[in-house]
Amino acid sequence: MSSEAKPDQMGYYDREKLGQVSLQPGGRDWMDVPVDMRPGSFIYPAKDKHLRYFGLPNPRQWFPGDADWKLPENWKEIILEGIRERLSKYRSFQVFMDICVRCGACADKCHFFIGGGDPKNMPVLRAELLRSIYRREFTTAGKILGRLAGGRELTVDVIKEWFYYFYQCTECRRCSVFCPYGIDTAEITMMGRELLHLLGVSVNWIMEPVANCFRTGNHLGIQPHGLRDTLDFFADDIEEATGVRVEAPLNRKGAEVLFVTPSGDFLADPGTYTCMGYMCLFHEIGLDYTFSTYASDGGNFGLFTSHEAMKRLNAKIYAEARRLGVKWILGGECGHMWRVLNQYMDTMNGPADFLQVPTSPFTGTRFEHARSTKMIHITEFTADLIKHGKLKLDPSQNDHIRVTFHDSCNPARAMGIFEEPRYILRSVCNNFHEMPENTIREKTFCCGGGAGLGTDENMEMRLRGGMPRASAVRHVHEQHGVNHLAAMCAIDRATLSTVCEYWVPEVRVTGIHELVTNALVMKGQKKREVNLRLEPLGAEAKE
Amino acid sequence: MKIVISLAAVLALFLLAWLGVGVLDLKTLFGTVLPYVALALFVGGVVYRVVRWAAVPVPFRIPTTCGQQRSLPWIKQSRLENPHTGLEAFLRMVLEVLCFRSLLRNTKAEVRPGGRLIQGSSKWLWAGALAFHWCFLVVLVRHLRFFIEPVPGCVQLVASLDGFLQVGVPAMTVTSLVLFGALLFLLLRRLVTAQVRYISLPADYFPLFLLLSIVATGLLLRHVVRTDLSAVKEVAMGLVTFSPATGEGAHWLFYAHLFFVSVLLAYFPFSKLMHMGGVFLSPTRNLAINNRAARHINPWDYPVKVHTYEEYEEEFREKLKTAGVPLEKE
Amino acid sequence: MYDGGKVVLGLALFAALCTSPMWVSAARGGGGAEAPELELPPPASGKCVRDGAWMRNSHMELLNSWRDEVVREGIRRERLADGREIERSLTQTCLGCHTDKTQFCDRCHDYVGVKPFCFDCHVDKAGG
Repeated sequence: MSSEAKPDQMGYYDREKLGQVSLQPGGRDWMDVPVDMRPGSFIYPAKDKHLRYFGLPNPRQWFPGDADWKLPENWKEIILEGIRERLSKYRSFQVFMDICVRCGACADKCHFFIGGGDPKNMPVLRAELLRSIYRREFTTAGKILGRLAGGRELTVDVIKEWFYYFYQCTECRRCSVFCPYGIDTAEITMMGRELLHLLGVSVNWIMEPVANCFRTGNHLGIQPHGLRDTLDFFADDIEEATGVRVEAPLNRKGAEVLFVTPSGDFLADPGTYTCMGYMCLFHEIGLDYTFSTYASDGGNFGLFTSHEAMKRLNAKIYAEARRLGVKWILGGECGHMWRVLNQYMDTMNGPADFLQVPTSPFTGTRFEHARSTKMIHITEFTADLIKHGKLKLDPSQNDHIRVTFHDSCNPARAMGIFEEPRYILRSVCNNFHEMPENTIREKTFCCGGGAGLGTDENMEMRLRGGMPRASAVRHVHEQHGVNHLAAMCAIDRATLSTVCEYWVPEVRVTGIHELVTNALVMKGQKKREVNLRLEPLGAEAKE
Repeated sequence: MKIVISLAAVLALFLLAWLGVGVLDLKTLFGTVLPYVALALFVGGVVYRVVRWAAVPVPFRIPTTCGQQRSLPWIKQSRLENPHTGLEAFLRMVLEVLCFRSLLRNTKAEVRPGGRLIQGSSKWLWAGALAFHWCFLVVLVRHLRFFIEPVPGCVQLVASLDGFLQVGVPAMTVTSLVLFGALLFLLLRRLVTAQVRYISLPADYFPLFLLLSIVATGLLLRHVVRTDLSAVKEVAMGLVTFSPATGEGAHWLFYAHLFFVSVLLAYFPFSKLMHMGGVFLSPTRNLAINNRAARHINPWDYPVKVHTYEEYEEEFREKLKTAGVPLEKE
Repeated sequence: MYDGGKVVLGLALFAALCTSPMWVSAARGGGGAEAPELELPPPASGKCVRDGAWMRNSHMELLNSWRDEVVREGIRRERLADGREIERSLTQTCLGCHTDKTQFCDRCHDYVGVKPFCFDCHVDKAGG
């Protein structure tokens, strides 16, 4: 541990100490254990200006460490009314409040519990934080028997506890896979966060992107000229690497396809290389497409705020597709974005009856499974291209790479898109190795920074939450010499980079389409010596 | 403490039955009134709870996907783990309800020094739960011999298969033993496993003690404290035919057994035991995963405030121009 | 979305299953509420080898112990508490008084769904 390091830096945390975790809770009953709001394990509150801009209640200055959180006078009433309303709107919430048997199957499935050992990070207890209030206030037994029936009083301390633990859940849904009733902690956490937002209790790492996204179309607040410059820089780098000049059209009416990707791909390495990958691919096959400045983010931190916020941010995608007159929509590599697109968009902002069933102009494949939403995932599109031999690929250009694939939570557990990315990876890399069975596909582990938790002030929890994933990565690194971790999620690419640097520094993070383009033989290219990162390519690059 | 309270509650119930029938001879109360009340509470309560749940809409299609989606024709869809059609979703539910599919996935995690996660397969909970539920069902079916006259052949068959070991007279039934063992296992696991003990509430111990008491009194009545079975059947058939019988000759322990069952039935709809109904209504499991192929309707959908393109263009007109982006209004 | 139809169907099925014995009984005309009368031997046959009430609940224990002791240890006779000496024999002693199995043994056994395997081997008529 470096003495100068701060809690928001990984150097602050001793790896040996952080790697000592007991999964055997004991001692005082959880209802009697107060929250330990230690730096590094919580996220700073939302600045009032963002709440104000987005029109959410109780904007103010406050801090989680303060005794007084400046809640509204009638905060208790607001929460109880909020619970009542949600119980009547979401069968998931009502049923999940009622049927848990506390069998404990979920207990050791959460990456935060495994990495930290805090019993309230066992999914069942995370839900009990809310369920105990539900019992006390909404069930007869709880009203009469109180704690004996598992109920407890709603106090300010409960609100603080909710804030701490509902922002220590990445809504990854891994526990839901193991639950015999499919109880989904993501649903519980979403409800918990919605309730907290009613009091103006939210975190800046989510609210600022939400406000940005509402205004500029993307979470990072990139304005039109900024996006133009960014894509032009990418085109310059691509030209330097390949000798081919690619175009990236913006807001072009009449294009066949609207392409939407998470804005992380525009700004944060290594996502930027993935974005360059898309651009090369589209250029090479001659896709008639456009980016949009207005719908410049498929990502949607509204998902981490409330259903209403999600809908407000998501609306621009169909609106822009309609305005530009495209035929269908293609979505880039992102995790939570695809949860929204796959499970919410059509219901919230559809029907997309002004679009056509996505059809690949190159292979003629009609993507029937997306016939209502009219939006497909880029790995579905690319896998189809490769299968039909439409891409000239030289996987040996990736021979310096030994890659493993990290299934991102939402594509895994809200879509089930497992084979498409693997097919692509096997087509563009000669060395692909799977991580252990219990850590991939539907059982994949979260990066530890999803659902709006990937900020540096939350460093301790990110490193802890990333430990299970890192442990599996280290395993394939040691067994097979894996040196790259591919992920099709912008949050993964950002947060797993940190997690790997801390736990497995030998492995770095990449996107699928970065690898595709490194293997792609482009028409008119110069002799490829460097990859999109402008580093040496192929076998020569082997250390 | 939570354990003691639950155990004490069940013991109190036992004393109540003993006092009521063994001492005060309140056979009509324990043999007729309470069972009717309990059955009415059970059926009515379960229906009420499920109707209450069903009255709440499923606004979004949010199933948990546990296998490959249906997408490209040459990629094999995992039809049971990622069902695309109603039939496939139905089969997924069949697996879930009859085989406890999700529990079968269970693993056990352990963290070795240096942040090394070891996960092993852990099927004990699955096995214990499955043994308990299935044996309970068989025992229920066997009990139909008291409630139907003449006794149906299939019930006889189940009983004779169950007693195939032919140990003792009457024959010891395998399911009763396994049922008792599985309940003990589930209880021990709750007491011994640190994680499960930490999350357990009195409401978790109470049903276990209650069920153990039901099985224990049942075993005692069959193998130790003999009672007049004709009298027992008279009580049961009296309930069924609405011509109550007092069951002269039945041991008071039988009334304790019946009382425990009555308590279980009455308690059921107001407890976690409602997972029996809830498992069918869980939106993460019971829906077809055709999200992008068919539009799901949210009945309470409402318009929200959005930032329209026109407002956006208005705000960023100059910057859009600078970037050379085509505009709606120049 | 509610799936109301499926829920109603499921609940109807549930309620029907829970109350099925009542429906079956009603369909069959509601019989069986009273235990069958047993045809007792005439008083002249004398007393049973044990108390009647005890026999009602526990005769299987007695028969079982008889079987074991007769077959394994060859103890064929027994002196009762009242001084009588009897032969330990289902066919000769029990059926000697309770001459018609169908009017005695079977009545209760059928009623409570018990299928003893006594008569898998033994004949059901005394003196046979």
